[in-house]
Amino acid sequence: MMDRPIRVLVAKPGLDGHDRGAKVMARAFRDAGMEVIYTGLRQTPEQIVNAAIQEDVDVLAISILSGAHNTLLPRVVRLLKEEEIEDMLVIGGGVIPNEDIPRLKEQGISEIFTSGTPTSIAIEYIKENCRHVLR
Amino acid sequence: MDLIERLLNKDKRAVARLITMAESHDPKVIEVIKKLYYKTGHAHVIGITGPPGTGKSTLTDKLVKALRKEGKSVGIILVDPTSPFTGGAILGDRIRMNDLSTDPGVFIRSMATRGHLGGLTKAVKTAVRILEIYEVDYIFIETVGVGQSEIDIVRNVDTTVMVLMPGSGDDIQALKAGVMEIGDIFVINKADREGAQRTKLEIEMMLDYGNLDWRPPVEKIVAIENKNIDKLLEIVKEHKNYLQQTRNLQKRRAQNLKHEVMDLIYQKVIDSIFDSSENEKKMNRLVEKVMTKDMDPYSATELALEEMDLKKIGHNK
Ligand SMILES: Nc1nc2c(ncn2[C@@H]2O[C@H](COP(=O)(O)OP(=O)(O)O)[C@@H](O)[C@H]2O)c(=O)[nH]1
Ligand SMILES: [Mg+2]
Repeated sequence: MMDRPIRVLVAKPGLDGHDRGAKVMARAFRDAGMEVIYTGLRQTPEQIVNAAIQEDVDVLAISILSGAHNTLLPRVVRLLKEEEIEDMLVIGGGVIPNEDIPRLKEQGISEIFTSGTPTSIAIEYIKENCRHVLR
Repeated sequence: MDLIERLLNKDKRAVARLITMAESHDPKVIEVIKKLYYKTGHAHVIGITGPPGTGKSTLTDKLVKALRKEGKSVGIILVDPTSPFTGGAILGDRIRMNDLSTDPGVFIRSMATRGHLGGLTKAVKTAVRILEIYEVDYIFIETVGVGQSEIDIVRNVDTTVMVLMPGSGDDIQALKAGVMEIGDIFVINKADREGAQRTKLEIEMMLDYGNLDWRPPVEKIVAIENKNIDKLLEIVKEHKNYLQQTRNLQKRRAQNLKHEVMDLIYQKVIDSIFDSSENEKKMNRLVEKVMTKDMDPYSATELALEEMDLKKIGHNK
């Protein structure tokens, strides 16, 4: 079917005020040939999910530094379920302790890339999991 | 439920998916438009264009909020360039309108130019139709107004707002001819900064009022402070009224539709010719002869049309 670029929404929820990590991620995805919708700082989970729906993205990439990952990430996943969005890949990145990862995955986050992980690994993962883009 | 039903039930997910299909030129979306075409044409389509960083997204956000206060529903299409090197893009206009994301009366979509010139124009046109079927009252299309494809897009809107800022006068002088002509309304945004009045005068001098019956107004705005936004909105509505009263709207739309149908016919004819690999092989053989100078391109074309038994199509054009 129709080949098209992978679409990713990069969001940075939470109240802490810098988005360098999210911007690095956004540029790396663009350089890998993806279309990146960048929504900037301090997004609520509701805003993120509504934007992701309207943009019909394949991937929702959430960057978190504030330590609120255990509430914010599951909330995003829950809102997506309520909207019956099932084919969207949700990945998290940033400062997330290893011991929290299994529980986040259980709750429906596809993968977590802790800070320091090279962006190429996230890109590989996205490409591997977005073959349905040829839908 | 299929996409048509979901679109008619005002399901944003269906709108989003149909625009994705429009962007990748999926023929299935054409079938949807065919069935629901009668519902299109009622929205006021507004192009917001101008050089990078002049405040187009900020201004759009404020205009949309003013319309929401009147209870109007709005669709927004935000176009940003695709990187010619990687095929990727960063689409960052939503940053200026994040709190509209959760407004049920607003639908916002970012689109990348994706290289191919005519492709974007077509995809945007289809997206506008989908939003009209979704029954929004206003549609905003933000483009960075420098390239040909951006100019092509605003040709298809009802009202074009050219957004400039203090100091833009020099940029405009450097821009290609044709950029000034597309503006129905000029905004000098960031009028909180020095030089707004001078830029306003420069722009007014550049505008050729010669034979125009709509004199493009030049408005000073401070978008971040919501200053003069209501006034601008009034002018935007006045422009639509002007178009309707002078029947220019119908003329413009008729002309655009004619171009569209002609383009579609052209595309169909070309496609039907090269549908068969037989015809393509024939053409390639002729091209080889042109390469070796055994034939000239003109005779090759005539022979091709004869051999392909398409003389009729060729002559009719
Ligand atoms: N001083 C001033 N800055 C503004 C105004 N409107 C927008 N900006 C700023 O100009 C920058 C670019 O705005 P944006 O809306 O993204 O511009 P666009 O690239 O034309 O869409 C942002 O930092 C805005 O906050 C204004 O009225 N005054
Ligand atoms: Mg913008």
